[in-house]
Amino acid sequence: MGLADVVRFASRFGVNIMGMTVAEKILAKKSGLKKVSPGDLVTVAVDTVILFDNNFMTNRWREVLKVNDPDSIIVVFDHRVPAATQASATAHGIGREFVARFGIKRFHDVGYSQGIAHQLVADHGYGLPGSVLLCSDSHTCSGGVFNCIARGVGQPDIVYAACKNETWFRVGETVRYELIGKLPRAVTAKDAFLQIAGEHGDHATMNVEFGGAGMQSLSINARKTLTTMAAELSAEFATFEPDDVMLDWVRARNPAPFEAVYADADAKYAALRKVNLGILEPLVAYPDSVVNNSRPVGDAKGTKIDQAFIGSCANGTLDDLELAASILDGRRVSSKVRLIVTPASQTVYRQALKSGIIAKLIDAGAVVTPATCGACGGGHLGVLGPNETCITATTRNFKGRMGDPSAKIYMGSPATVAASAINGTITDPREFLN
Amino acid sequence: MKFQSRVWKCGDNINTDLILPIQAFYLTPAEQAPWVFRNNRPGWSEQVKPGDILIGGRNFGMGSSRPAARSLKNLGLSCLVAHSLNGLFFRNCVNFAFPAIECANVFDAFEEGDIAEVDFDAATVRNVTSDKSLAAIALPPKLLDLLKAGGIYALLEKEGAIGPKTAASG
Ligand code: SF4
Repeated sequence: MGLADVVRFASRFGVNIMGMTVAEKILAKKSGLKKVSPGDLVTVAVDTVILFDNNFMTNRWREVLKVNDPDSIIVVFDHRVPAATQASATAHGIGREFVARFGIKRFHDVGYSQGIAHQLVADHGYGLPGSVLLCSDSHTCSGGVFNCIARGVGQPDIVYAACKNETWFRVGETVRYELIGKLPRAVTAKDAFLQIAGEHGDHATMNVEFGGAGMQSLSINARKTLTTMAAELSAEFATFEPDDVMLDWVRARNPAPFEAVYADADAKYAALRKVNLGILEPLVAYPDSVVNNSRPVGDAKGTKIDQAFIGSCANGTLDDLELAASILDGRRVSSKVRLIVTPASQTVYRQALKSGIIAKLIDAGAVVTPATCGACGGGHLGVLGPNETCITATTRNFKGRMGDPSAKIYMGSPATVAASAINGTITDPREFLN
Repeated sequence: MKFQSRVWKCGDNINTDLILPIQAFYLTPAEQAPWVFRNNRPGWSEQVKPGDILIGGRNFGMGSSRPAARSLKNLGLSCLVAHSLNGLFFRNCVNFAFPAIECANVFDAFEEGDIAEVDFDAATVRNVTSDKSLAAIALPPKLLDLLKAGGIYALLEKEGAIGPKTAASG
C-alpha cells in the first residue's frame, strides 16, 4: 500500500492524516501533538532564547529573578555597539549583570565575538534544524534558513521564554516557494526577495517555506537573505527545506545533536509558487514600504543619493561584502556620497579583512564600521538628516527608519548600492559587472 | 470585556516605526506615548481622549518588535479593531494587555468620530452611530484570559519570576 492509498484509506474512516509543512511539523513535535493545523493555538517548548541589548534598556527591562535553563539563553549586544549613548551604555551594564547573575555562557559582548544576533546564529550554528528559537527582534525568522522555527517576538514574550522555555503560537497556513534555475550575474537573493514582495505583497499570519532544485545554487548567506527578509512579508515563520550544504554548515559549527525536518509529500499549502531565479533582474524598493513597492532599478536610474549603506542581518555577510568589493575594486565612491559598510559580525569582518575585501572597500572610499546594526535602524553610525536620499542594502525603508522622517530610503542589493555609490545616482549594477 | 467610545481611523500597513518612532527610542514609556503617529499625523495624539477606540486596516502593526502596543495603551486608547493584525504586534498587544481584535471590513464600516461598541467576549463590533453590527474573530480563550489577567508581566510577577514595575520600565 503506497502513501496515497494510506491517505485514501484513512480519510474514508474520517481520520485526517494529511501531511504537514515544515513549520507545522516542528510546531507539532515541540507541542507534543501528533498533528497541528492552521487555526490551532499551540503551546510550544522553546530550545533557544536570545536576548539583545535593547531588551535591557531601562524603558523596557523588568528584572528577571528566575530563569528555567541558563544554557538555553544567549545574550547578544548588537543594536548599538559600542554603546552609542549613555542610555545604551546603561542597557549594556544591565545586560552584563544579567549574564553574571545566571551564569550565561553564550554571551556576545562588545569585542571579538560581537555581531548582529541573526548573523551569530549562522556563525555559531545556534539555530539547530528542527528546533525552536526565539529572540525579540522581528528579523529572527532569519534563522529559518537552518530549518528551524525562528520567530521574532515581543519583549514580554522573551522574558517569559527565558523564565519558562515556553511560548504560544497561532498556527498559520503556509505558502511554498519552489526555487528553480540560477541567478544571473549581478542579480542577488535580495532581488529575488524584492520580486516576491513586489508581486505577492504581505504574507501576514502565514508561513513561508522555500525549497526546490534552485536552492542548490544559493549559498547559505544568500538563502539567509531570503529568510531574513521574510519579516518584511509579515510572515510568521520562514523555513528552508534541509539539504547537505545546510546540514554540513551547522555540523561544522555546533556539535549538538538535531533532527532535520522535511515537509510531507502531501503537505497542504495555501499556495505553491515557482520562482525562476534565472529570469530575475536587479530591483529596488521605492521609499516608505518594502512590499508592493519593487521596480526595476532602471526606473530609479539617475536618482541622486547622499548616502549608500551596506550591512544588516540581511546583507552584511561575506558574500555581500565580496560582491560590493568586486564592483568597487579599483574605482572610487562619488565625492557627493557617503558609502558606509557594516559587516554583520566581527567574524565576517575578520574573514573580509584576511581575504583583502576590506582593503578594496576602503581604497574605494567606503567607511567600514565595526559589526552592529548601526545605520539600519537609525541608531548610530550613519543616521540620515532632513531631506537626504539613501540607497540601502538592509531590511527596511520605512519613513523615519534610518533617521529624519523626511529622508527617502530606496532599498536594493549590495551590488546595486555599490554601483550607485560610484555614480552618485541610483545605478544598475550590470553597468559594472558583466 | 466591552468598550464603547468614539473612533479614530488609520489605514493599511501601519508600521511600528509610525507608532513608536525612533526619535522616542530613549524616552520613558509615558513620554513615548504622545509620539504615536507624530511623523504621519502630527497633532493627532494630543486629540485622543481616554477610552477612544482605534480602527485600522490590513496588517496593522507590521514591522519591528518594539513595544508599540504599549504606546497605544499608554496614550489612553481602550482598544484596537483592525481588518487584520500583524502576528508579532498582536503578541505584544496580548502580552502588554492592550485589547486588540480582528474584524473583516471594519475600516469601511466606520467614519472617524462614529461611536463603536466592541465586545471581546461576544466577538462583535457595533457601529452605534449607524447601528450596524459586524462579527469579529474571537480571540482564543487562553489569550483572552491572559489579556484580562493584565498580560504576561502580571503573571510572571505573581509567580515571583520577575521584579516589580519601576517608573522607568512603565
Ligand atoms: S540589522 Fe537592522 S533589521 Fe537586522 S536586527 Fe539589526 S536593526 Fe534589525
